[in-house]
Amino acid sequence: MEIFLQQIINGLVQGSVYALVALGYTMVYGILGLINFAHGEVVMVGAMLALSALTAMIGWGLSPLLALPLSLILAMAGCMLLGYGIERIAYRPLRHAPRLAPLITAIGVSIVLQNLAMMIWGREYHAFPQLIANQSHHIAGAIINDIQIIIIIMALVIMLALMAVVHRTRLGRAMRAVAENQHAAQLMGVDVNRVISVTFMLGSALAAIAGLMVSVNYGLAHYYMGFLLGLKAFTAAVLGGIGNLRGAMLGGLLLGLIESLGAGYIGDLTGGFMGSQYQDVFAFFVLIAVLVFRPSGLLGERLAERA
Amino acid sequence: MSDALLEVRGLQVGYGGIHAVKGIDFHVAPGELVALIGSNGAGKTTALKSLAGLIAPAAGHIHYDGKSLTKIPAHLRVSLGIALVPEGRGVFARLSVAENLLMGAYSRCDQYEIDEDLARMYTLFPRLVERRDQLSGTLSGGEQQMLAMARALMSRPRLLMLDEPSMGLAPLMVKKIFETIQQVASQGMSILLVEQNARLALQVATRGYVMEGGAITLSGVSSELLGSDAVQRAYLGG
Repeated sequence: MEIFLQQIINGLVQGSVYALVALGYTMVYGILGLINFAHGEVVMVGAMLALSALTAMIGWGLSPLLALPLSLILAMAGCMLLGYGIERIAYRPLRHAPRLAPLITAIGVSIVLQNLAMMIWGREYHAFPQLIANQSHHIAGAIINDIQIIIIIMALVIMLALMAVVHRTRLGRAMRAVAENQHAAQLMGVDVNRVISVTFMLGSALAAIAGLMVSVNYGLAHYYMGFLLGLKAFTAAVLGGIGNLRGAMLGGLLLGLIESLGAGYIGDLTGGFMGSQYQDVFAFFVLIAVLVFRPSGLLGERLAERA
Repeated sequence: MSDALLEVRGLQVGYGGIHAVKGIDFHVAPGELVALIGSNGAGKTTALKSLAGLIAPAAGHIHYDGKSLTKIPAHLRVSLGIALVPEGRGVFARLSVAENLLMGAYSRCDQYEIDEDLARMYTLFPRLVERRDQLSGTLSGGEQQMLAMARALMSRPRLLMLDEPSMGLAPLMVKKIFETIQQVASQGMSILLVEQNARLALQVATRGYVMEGGAITLSGVSSELLGSDAVQRAYLGG
């Protein structure tokens, strides 16, 4: 029972991160029908920027309680700029090209960003400074620490805020209108290019937050960290139904739970033959299963409704 | 003619080398209801799209309110007072009826008057009131056409362009839509109406243009066109 609860906690923490990243995939897909495979790298850049900002600020003698939110804001700003630039330079010129072209470009952007990050920050793992006294709490035999609590609550608040923006504001209405019919949206006076830019920037800001969360939680940052995380978040988006915001959140949390429970119990289930190092297998097993049995995802609409 | 609200000269529009509109001239005076009729594929929709800014013309001039529209992108033409109800209506199926109407007022920021206009639309189209919180995709074709018209009116246009408002609708609904068009026209709105249903269009319009193969072949006062042998033969099944 303790193991079960512990895996649920771990799963929720990891799932919160997946959900935030999956939202970025799903928002862009919803509007452009494009899988932005460079999105995982934006998460990595967010983590790296936050790390650099944090290290510098601590060096200047700033209090960690001030440095942490400041570096998060800087990382978000940097990633928004990056997201804007990626769309403007790599995707916009291909807006009317066959679908394969932007997909390959996305992979290209991803490789470029990885290599740039490697040149700037090096190939080594960076230890993320432990800044706040990270107290552990015991609940029914399981352990949850302050950072994990903050991650879950912050992700929840951000997701609720995003839903409010998308469903309650003029900008959100414009985003949904553009997602459905760009020409009709233009006829309403919507500057479609601007809405697309804003969408990329919003997704990138969420990616920066997720990047900082992962790094703080594991105490590590690395130029390659965005790749696997990006793939898994993409899986989460597909699981929930790509293009659907609630789906991305649900898919993220579910994937986190599946992974964590899977890793926790695979040893028992296989009589010790496989261990928790097989954790990554679950995400891709889920991806394959969804694509085979329910390609539209859990909350995805049937294709007929989109026509 | 210099006081026309919309004046089109030598307009040519093409898709990838094929010229769908081959140099047409026409105008709409303030408060006038003008019909552009012609069979399927005559280039009527293409002409409207270029007026709304969705397709760039290959040649020619579009003057609106005395100014050239050529360099103005589609999304900025709305605030000049140009609204297009596109072919197939272009209703946002996954937005509620109320949200669709608010999208119509997207380029406005006079919140108080937007609320007033919303109320006016619900009086003009009572069917929309009961369905205000429903997803627009669940509306019938006729209701969607009403919604599309109401949404266009929400931008407070001076020139309302309607592309095939009767398409795919039951006769009773067509009658209702055309009554509304007349009602809006009687309030002084300038309307450019594109229709395949020539008789219907000419019955409500003051003037009409007949388009064939990308060119305007005939024009005149509606009653004359309705009586003309050529129009009778080609479009009215006389």
